[in-house]
Amino acid sequence: MIAGLYIAGHSALHRVAAGGKILALMVLGTGVFLIADWPVLAAVLMVVLVLYPLSGFGWHILWVQARPMIWLLVLFFAVQLWLNDWQAGLVVVLRLAAIVLFAALVTLTTKTSALLAALERAMGPLRRLGVNPQKVSLAFSLVLRFIPVIAQVASEIRDAQRARGLDKSILALIVPLIIRTLKMADDVADAIDARSFDAD
Amino acid sequence: MITLENVTVQFDQRRVLDAISVTLTERRIGIVGANGSGKSTFVRLLNGLQTATTGTVRVDDFDAAKDGRKLRRHVGFVFQNPDNQIVYPVVAEDLAFGLKSLKLPQHEVDRRIDDMLARYDMTAFRNHPSHLLSGGQKQLLAISGVLVMDPRYIIFDEPTTLLDLRNRNRVERAIAGLDQTVITVSHDLDLIAGYDRVLVFDRGRIVMDDLPAHALAHYRGMMA
Repeated sequence: MIAGLYIAGHSALHRVAAGGKILALMVLGTGVFLIADWPVLAAVLMVVLVLYPLSGFGWHILWVQARPMIWLLVLFFAVQLWLNDWQAGLVVVLRLAAIVLFAALVTLTTKTSALLAALERAMGPLRRLGVNPQKVSLAFSLVLRFIPVIAQVASEIRDAQRARGLDKSILALIVPLIIRTLKMADDVADAIDARSFDAD
Repeated sequence: MITLENVTVQFDQRRVLDAISVTLTERRIGIVGANGSGKSTFVRLLNGLQTATTGTVRVDDFDAAKDGRKLRRHVGFVFQNPDNQIVYPVVAEDLAFGLKSLKLPQHEVDRRIDDMLARYDMTAFRNHPSHLLSGGQKQLLAISGVLVMDPRYIIFDEPTTLLDLRNRNRVERAIAGLDQTVITVSHDLDLIAGYDRVLVFDRGRIVMDDLPAHALAHYRGMMA
């Protein structure tokens, strides 16, 4: 689900450099925690929502981004309502929604390679501490690339175990999934070597 | 030219390749053998993914023991399962992955990617998530990811095993159209029947080295 979020377009947000968008995300992510007034947070969320159509995305795409966190938002609101009051609940929900939806907008309007290149540049100063930015960037790209692949493998194993009547056994899913994932990791490492990956 | 002299590969107590000496100069070379016969280890030696326990492996001017990184740019490798070879989540970004090591200017990177996508009618998939491609398209992307590096040799390790007939034929045509020297490991004997030379492996040794008609007949006899 994460991989391939980028949707090509020509909006102003598409044209902003990846580094600028990541910086804006950091500012927003920090800024909303300095605001404790729910009407102001609601205005911030409105701005984020308006950026979707301005970037060429319809309400369906916005809903796809928002849907996975709906239950989490309901849960957080309920906990705050129970511990504090409805205003506190709204503050938490609006903060989280603004951050997640803006982060999704950044990935929708920015190629993975551009995000990773910005990440590499940002980590440049860490070289002195022994961090290799290329390797960290490759690790991020592999996570994005292999989440759907591992999900597919898990689905295949689940089907195979269901066919054997083992659909209720977590072990019957986890053990072959770990073994196949480790084997896949070996093969991917070989492929990365074979494709002349140069981290130096 | 590829030359192996008295090459042995040993994993713990198991000898996987036993005193292999061979020189390869043909443009299309097929390799067959039962599972565990040493054929995959043999081709892994040719681009430095595997090092020889004893003996020497040379590809043109490169010594596999000393020039591993240069050798991998000279000898491309396409694996059986393209899902393990595609490392970026978007098609064009995956093609750009190997090119990073060549440190080319961006316009040259873009040109090579455009040419490669056009070559296999995949231009429309430029910004497509790679995990959503069909099996055949994934294999073509894996081949493109190697070709874009412009290697002199390309090794295919069972490239059609996971494909349906239509995609198998598509990959066969793609391989047939390559200018590079091709070395193909395959259980699909029709794929290599038109090659220049076929090596048959058994228990770590080359037991037959001949034109495809003779070598494949020998192999079929072995497997009967």
